[in-house]
Amino acid sequence: MNSRKRDIAIMVATGVAGIAAPWVAPAITTQMAFLWLMILFALTWDINGGQMGYNSFGNVLFFGLGVYACALLQRDSGLSYYVALGCGIGLGALVAAGAALILGPAVLAIRGHYFAIATLGLAIVAADIASAWEYVGAASGLATPVYPGLIEHRTRFFYYLLFVLAALTFLTVRKLYSARFGLAINAIRDDEDKAEAMGLHTTRYKVFAWCISAFFLGAAGGPVGNLVGFIDPQDLAFAGATFGVWMVLMAVLGGKGTLWGPVIGAVVFHITQEVFWTYLLGWQRVAMGLLIVIIVVFFPAGILGWAGRARARPKDPAQPAPAAKTAPRPSMEAER
Amino acid sequence: MSNLSVLFDAPILLVQLLVSGILVGAIFALVAYGMALLWGVMNIINIAQGEFVMVGGYIAFFLARAGISPIFGIPIAAVVMYGLGLALYRSVIWRIVDQDMFISILATFGISILLQQLGNQLFGSDIRTLPSHLPSLFLAGGMVTVPEIKIVGFAAALAVGAALVVFLRYTRLGQAIRATAQNARAARVLGIDTNRVYAATFALNCAICGAAGGLVAMTWFIQPYLGLTYTLRSFMIVIVAGLGNLPGVILAGTGLGVVEQAAGFILGAEYQTAFVFLLLVVILVGRNMVLARQRRYLK
Amino acid sequence: MSALLEVRNVSKRFGGIVANHKVSLDVARGSITGLIGPNGSGKTTLFNSIVGYHPIDGGSIRFDGREIARMRAPQIARLGLVRTFQQTHVYRAMDCVQNMQISTSHAGETLFSMLRAPATAVTERAEALLEFVGLYSKRMLRAGDLSFGQQKLLEFAMALMNEPKLLLLDEPTAGINPVLINGLIDRLKRANAELGITLLVIEHNMRVIMNLASHIYCFAHGELLAEGDPEKVRNDRRVLDAYLGGR
Repeated sequence: MNSRKRDIAIMVATGVAGIAAPWVAPAITTQMAFLWLMILFALTWDINGGQMGYNSFGNVLFFGLGVYACALLQRDSGLSYYVALGCGIGLGALVAAGAALILGPAVLAIRGHYFAIATLGLAIVAADIASAWEYVGAASGLATPVYPGLIEHRTRFFYYLLFVLAALTFLTVRKLYSARFGLAINAIRDDEDKAEAMGLHTTRYKVFAWCISAFFLGAAGGPVGNLVGFIDPQDLAFAGATFGVWMVLMAVLGGKGTLWGPVIGAVVFHITQEVFWTYLLGWQRVAMGLLIVIIVVFFPAGILGWAGRARARPKDPAQPAPAAKTAPRPSMEAER
Repeated sequence: MSNLSVLFDAPILLVQLLVSGILVGAIFALVAYGMALLWGVMNIINIAQGEFVMVGGYIAFFLARAGISPIFGIPIAAVVMYGLGLALYRSVIWRIVDQDMFISILATFGISILLQQLGNQLFGSDIRTLPSHLPSLFLAGGMVTVPEIKIVGFAAALAVGAALVVFLRYTRLGQAIRATAQNARAARVLGIDTNRVYAATFALNCAICGAAGGLVAMTWFIQPYLGLTYTLRSFMIVIVAGLGNLPGVILAGTGLGVVEQAAGFILGAEYQTAFVFLLLVVILVGRNMVLARQRRYLK
Repeated sequence: MSALLEVRNVSKRFGGIVANHKVSLDVARGSITGLIGPNGSGKTTLFNSIVGYHPIDGGSIRFDGREIARMRAPQIARLGLVRTFQQTHVYRAMDCVQNMQISTSHAGETLFSMLRAPATAVTERAEALLEFVGLYSKRMLRAGDLSFGQQKLLEFAMALMNEPKLLLLDEPTAGINPVLINGLIDRLKRANAELGITLLVIEHNMRVIMNLASHIYCFAHGELLAEGDPEKVRNDRRVLDAYLGGR
């Protein structure tokens, strides 16, 4: 169980770094808070996209529902700040998971690229409705309540909220992937017809996976809305052209269908964005498009896939995988 | 919703919605036909379809501003877009033709964001439209207004569509494209250079979008962010009509135009796009349910 | 003893083509039943109808006393009726052991069992069955990296992992090295005798099916042509005609 020990070591190190970060580099606490959000985005996307083969372009829908659910509860419930925020995060998670539960059976029955387009449509519908509906502030958006504590504690508070949510997401998906659930959604990805022929409860697994995704995305909505302080329907809550695509991109960049790939992809992507973006002065979104094309065309297997191939290539007798295809009499072995 | 009762009181407004819908629907159908061509021949769903329309629109717009009549401006836009299409094919698209469809969706999504943001940086996010000096027709005692420019646009869309059909049916390249769509491997065996066919198909689709963009700029308006709506409309039309079914595409395109006009009128313009995309989701889910009854799925 | 599977007057058309016309057959509990016939005679269509892969146009299919003609594929599989495919279907990106672990029966699955790691007993049984089909040394390889014949063996092992009452095998020996066919026949017989799994086998190889099955149905042009024990079918004039093209 060497890889297990290594995993735990990396997790502990990351956890310590995550707790210490706002004290070590207080100036960039907001950016680091967004780093945890990006990790959460990539991890939740990969549950359906990488592990289950259902490439959603609309998971930002669940994030937006969380943002609005929390902000509306804070606005209308009359509870004190922390209570309202706590309830709001819970409500956001439940509303998002509920939406996945209701939409899931119909939408997840659609396969392949039709599913991708359908989810893309769903996210845009949500963005358009939020931009038109007066109750949620329509296109002029919603302001979140003012943080009652000291202003210098505010960012750190939301940083830790997002850190905890990202950590919970990671631990949850890690647990799930090692369970029968992980095998089942991998089976659905590899051959859904076979999975059905073997009696797998495909719909149940698919909807459940989407709900898990939605739950954490919805929970993350509240803290992000409050951290930013102002909710724009198109640019924050249902930001399909940024968050929505980034989720997919980060998972692909790191290596989709792996546990650590989305995390690595999110870190690399976010750092690249923070370091270089400031020099681009308005052209950053153009660069974004270019980056997507380059990553997808040249690194479709992602960083982990590329590293794995690089490692497997040198004469390594422990990696007979490619040899199996070229073995002179492959089926004699089977006879034994 | 109060507008619904207006419709009952003045049914002539229905005629207005019908006419406007059909006139705009022809342009939708043109863009959708290009998408179906690409999809059928290269197995690529082009998310950047709407952005090609947008770029074509800007080309026609700036040509018109430079004093070139749209009669020349739109063909020029198509030719420029053909060149852009070739360049895109040679640099990016050829690498993703044989790949998993998810890769091609994501890659064209990247191109879509690139063009959209480039448009925003270069041209600004203002709404632009070609000035037309044509009057409007007033029918049924002034209850139905039809701007003549839209009739011109409608006719031009049909003309481009007809030219396309003639091209695909009677030219060697057109026949090669159709052969590749039916069976790429067999076409290769018979000596068709499928790589060249793919390049031509992709460029041709860009040219179609360029012409459509010019028509959109002339009869409607253009804006850097309008692309995705055209992409998803095309997608919707193609899945309703099926690949390689021109009458179906025209019918679905004009049908969508009418439905959209009606939805905009009844629900209010701010919900119009939401309605279009909801319709897309409903169509996908509905189609899947019909197929699932046969134990088949949208794949 | 009643039959485990009773097919009565099942018809299936695809557009204007009649793939099955009023087909009836019985599979006795504990037996190995064979299904033969020339290409395009409707054998695989009948398989697909039985396992709920497509709806039938008429007739009745009873499995273990229950009508299953209207059920969907996963439901039928959970009742204990599992099929293998002519072209292999395995979970290509997963290793052989994982392929086996997820192939246990899904009947009575709960949220709790969904979220638990596969039990050691399951893994042990998976490895034992991989040993049984001769893939133990390949168990950590990705299923997609196996040869076609090995994938067929893996698919057979996955079906056994599911512990079905009835297993439908669609041309189990097609694409398998002829040297290995005797071993495969032996394993099919052992699965039947030792694990108590009833088998319904489509097979093109006459030698195999005569050796394997105790009762054989012969199809031609979507209809049942003849049935009986191997000896009787082998000597049936109509069967010979169907295979040799005289008619």
